[in-house]
Amino acid sequence: MARLSSHARRILAMWLVSTAVAIPLIIWVLGPHLPPGDMTAEASDQTSANIVLTAVCAPIVLLILVYFGYALVVFRASGGQIEDGAPIRGHAPTQTLWLVLTSATVLALAVWGSLVLVVSAHGAGGGQGPNPIDPPAGAKEALQVQVIGQQWNWTYRFPGYGAIETAHLDLPADRLVEFHVTSLDVTHSFWAYELGVKADAVPGVDNIAFVHTRKPGSFSIRCAELCGLWHGHMYQTGQVVSTAGFASWMASEQKAEALNKKYLPPYSGHYYPEPQRRAG
Amino acid sequence: MTRSAKLAGVFGGIAAVAALVAYYIVSYLIVVPPSVAAAGQAPRASVTLQTVASMGYGPHPDWVSYFVEDARGKWVHSTVLTVPANSLVKVTVLQYDTATGLRNPYWGGPRGIVGEMVLDGKPTPTLDPDLASHTFAVPELGLSVPLAGVADDAKNQCGLAPCTLAEAHRTITFVFRTGKRGTYRWQCFVPCAFGTILGFGGPMQSIGYMDGLLHVV
Repeated sequence: MARLSSHARRILAMWLVSTAVAIPLIIWVLGPHLPPGDMTAEASDQTSANIVLTAVCAPIVLLILVYFGYALVVFRASGGQIEDGAPIRGHAPTQTLWLVLTSATVLALAVWGSLVLVVSAHGAGGGQGPNPIDPPAGAKEALQVQVIGQQWNWTYRFPGYGAIETAHLDLPADRLVEFHVTSLDVTHSFWAYELGVKADAVPGVDNIAFVHTRKPGSFSIRCAELCGLWHGHMYQTGQVVSTAGFASWMASEQKAEALNKKYLPPYSGHYYPEPQRRAG
Repeated sequence: MTRSAKLAGVFGGIAAVAALVAYYIVSYLIVVPPSVAAAGQAPRASVTLQTVASMGYGPHPDWVSYFVEDARGKWVHSTVLTVPANSLVKVTVLQYDTATGLRNPYWGGPRGIVGEMVLDGKPTPTLDPDLASHTFAVPELGLSVPLAGVADDAKNQCGLAPCTLAEAHRTITFVFRTGKRGTYRWQCFVPCAFGTILGFGGPMQSIGYMDGLLHVV
């Protein structure tokens, strides 16, 4: 028993040291590089969540690795005849402690994660459907952007700017954006990775997702729902630009689209696949 | 016949059938239409295409499709084009299909072209989306051009590909600029695939029909 305690003390010491080293590294070195970044407040919340999850999981992973490594080195049998080890018997206090600690950790992370998803990140970019239950403060003044998926491209309508439609997405920095994600044909998924948005685009459905942009930069847009032959090519690069830059871009788009605008249908939260003339 | 000879015959037959099935599947999966080079050289080249409402023959006789004219003036059933990099490419489309209409009217305006789209000899800044039969679109180049359809009641409509100039058609010409080398996909945005789900199945999901590759070399 005394020998076992000695091993336990060594394992505990190694675990504490490795944990003390790993956690600051995770928070301050690895953390800033964890996805999806900090281009929007929601993306930043998701990054924080990833940092916390990694930091909380690290001691558990390290305990297993330290014990595994220690056992490989110290308890390794070399030469001689292979014999059965001493019988392993249950140790109720250790088992209870393990169960309580891991259960508490998982439950705490579940509660905290749910709060982040619902309260802080406002659905974490997955969209809240047509009637958001948790719109962020200032939602009424948000820049509304309709995201339209179609085989195989994205277009965008801006109801606050005459419902103009564009094939490129520019957003102003430091602005709350209300995405209305929908589709004209099959199910797509609007995945703007750096914005922290991955919202399903379903025909006949207005899926609303909020993000608050921060600084200017580029973000990638992909489809995250297998949607046909060119699904893998359904990507674009969007821009978060200054407020003045956005105004300038919007003015140029409005000018360029003036001729075509009369053919656009009235703005709607969603559309159904039309025409169906040749469809079966 | 001995028992071993019978067994050899049975296993040999099974192996032959399996080989034929594998050959058919592999042939179906890796079939790639031939690449057709644009006429001319950098910095100017030209491509002539035609769209047909239905092939009229082959494995999919009722599928809508593109054809490309090769250097000898022969129509090739392909949608794989080779064009020079950093060049102006003039595209002429002989459009033999009737209109279906665009699902997204946004694509009714030509985009990404140099100069104006010309429809039957007349500069046309935009097209009523309901009159579109197809689009020639290369999204990665920002290029999308609507192709006006033949009137539903037009006489002498084409029924067997490739079609001839004597049959009812529209002529669309436009110029676009190629960028750096690479392979880009092109597609149609009009749900024009007769009898398929949402009009976007069959030929709309097949290279060689309404989808293609643009090799910029």
